[in-house]
Amino acid sequence: MTRYVLRRLGHGLLLLFGVSLLLFVLQQAAPGEFFTEMRLNPQISEKTLQALRAQYGLDQPLPVRYARWAGSAARGDFGYSFAYDLPVARILWPRVRNTLLLTLPALLISWMIAVPVGVLAATRRSGWVNRLFATGTSTLLALPDVLLALLALLLAVRTQAFPAGGMASVEAQELGGLRHMSDLMWHMALPLAVLVIGSVAPVLRQVRASVAEVMESSHFRAAEGHGLGRFTLLFRHALPAAANPLISLFGLSTAFLLSTSVLVEVIMSWPGMGPLLLEAIFSRDLFVVVGAVMISTLFLVVGNFFADILLYACDPRIRVQS
Amino acid sequence: MNRGQLLASAAFLILAHLLAGFAGFFAPYHYATQDRLHPYAPPAPLHFVDCQGRFHARPFVYGLKNKEGSFTEYERDCSVRAPLRVFVRGDEYVLFGVLHTTLHLFGVEASQHINLLGTDGFGRDQLSRVLYGAQVSLFAGGLAGVLAVLAGLVVGTIAGFYGGLVDDVAMRTAELAIAVPSLYLLLAVRSFLPLQIGPIGAFLLVVSVIGLLSWSRPARLVRGLVLSARDRNFVLVARGFGASRFYLMRRHLMPLTFSVTLTQLALLIPQFILAEVVLSFLGLGVGEPFPSWGNMLAQAQQYHVLVSYWWMLLPGLAPVPMFLAYHALAEALQQRVGSNI
Repeated sequence: MTRYVLRRLGHGLLLLFGVSLLLFVLQQAAPGEFFTEMRLNPQISEKTLQALRAQYGLDQPLPVRYARWAGSAARGDFGYSFAYDLPVARILWPRVRNTLLLTLPALLISWMIAVPVGVLAATRRSGWVNRLFATGTSTLLALPDVLLALLALLLAVRTQAFPAGGMASVEAQELGGLRHMSDLMWHMALPLAVLVIGSVAPVLRQVRASVAEVMESSHFRAAEGHGLGRFTLLFRHALPAAANPLISLFGLSTAFLLSTSVLVEVIMSWPGMGPLLLEAIFSRDLFVVVGAVMISTLFLVVGNFFADILLYACDPRIRVQS
Repeated sequence: MNRGQLLASAAFLILAHLLAGFAGFFAPYHYATQDRLHPYAPPAPLHFVDCQGRFHARPFVYGLKNKEGSFTEYERDCSVRAPLRVFVRGDEYVLFGVLHTTLHLFGVEASQHINLLGTDGFGRDQLSRVLYGAQVSLFAGGLAGVLAVLAGLVVGTIAGFYGGLVDDVAMRTAELAIAVPSLYLLLAVRSFLPLQIGPIGAFLLVVSVIGLLSWSRPARLVRGLVLSARDRNFVLVARGFGASRFYLMRRHLMPLTFSVTLTQLALLIPQFILAEVVLSFLGLGVGEPFPSWGNMLAQAQQYHVLVSYWWMLLPGLAPVPMFLAYHALAEALQQRVGSNI
């Protein structure tokens, strides 16, 4: 067990290292940097530019820059933001918290919807339920998240029932603890709904497909033949047997959600990583971009790590292999 | 059922791409033609019966007049009828970079306007821009898909054929590209490249960035197939006859992966169309004045546009039938591949 966990952990760390290296190499290969745009400004002399470049270490060769960044990442700073004049971590962490506030509930809700609905859909593989399921999921898959978010925003401004973006009301600071919470929930409702609608369809399909496959198997037929109840059959016998691909998907769905979340946050002005990343791209704030990408990779690695641990606990085949 | 789904979705996609390719002909206006007097004109429905209740065999649209005291709100002007004409002469456009012509499938007389999907803030015809936008969005997706699958095919075949260190390096790199959430990776790489860039450059940039970041999935699949096929008898026989490695890969191994790469193509292209839409929406892709579904939708982000002019959201619906068709095609292809094995 310990060896398995350590190996998965090592794998995750290696991935993070590889991604950071890849980002630096790609960035080196690309033309332009934060100060290139300043060069167009006649008020700033070439000497000032050189001094700035030296101050931020941009005049150093790639290995030196990478080593410095890695050192700063190890200290928990993740480099220095040109635009904010602050260590990247200081800017990033509050944004990360806000993004998690949105993505974690969305992850839970979409799986809480997808598992029961998918299992039940697997029991009806013909007739109108099947057709409804197929049409519904393919429509959901085909709707662009951008459009969904804009429609949600439209709903908010038309009905006035929800706030048009943002994370807190103006007077939120003065509200007490409980009122503050409910204000936050009220602001979360629409972005959360868009995220769930945008991410539930692939999960639904995977649950249905895996459970349907198990229902064809002989051990399931045998259990059926023993006259077990429908509920026990499905949730006690079919679902655990179908769990393996589902757990892997659970790890991966963090990645889907983070990508969708960027758009939802930008459109509904939720102060998460998405708007920060976009802003950093437009101001060419290199280390903020690198930091945001590394954090998103970290989430994915952590998601996969938990999925691996869960798999180890659930699937005896993996225990035997390792 | 399966065969029907395959043919229907393929036919629909071919039609859609023809529509995009000949956008100049099917669109009543050029994408940059502005009608300064009618910004944010609402969609004009086709009528057969006029205000007086008389029937006309030739469909027509009504003219617009400003509401009292407003420049951007309109009501229909019953006194101006613009009958629909086919094969009219209008704005000049260029077909496939060679053929200069002014012939349009439909339109109205030059003094009148037909905006079936309304106009945007510059008075540009939305329908025409959606059609021209399809050129960007569909072909960006298609080109990026071909690029990704070709790169995946080459890397996967080489990795599977040589094995050992080559295989390790290729597959670990593939793993890296999958380890980053896709939109973050896309945005990161985009951020390293110049921001100020012309529309054609931006198009090529977007295509190559999207395509070259996504070769990992096809590469892994191809590698698996090649790995399992390289020791099969027909390959060994060819090798015994002295076939070169390049010949073996090209003639014997790559053709085996044909159905899988085709399926991958059908799966990847809709994702890439969406990626282009998202990049242009965020202002990092193809920019004004050239339309893409993404940058058209970006206008709807402004509060007053979103609230007052619902037709500005229509470009967001344009990808939906494309995605449905691509998904149906991929599903049908997958079933065929499955039944062949």
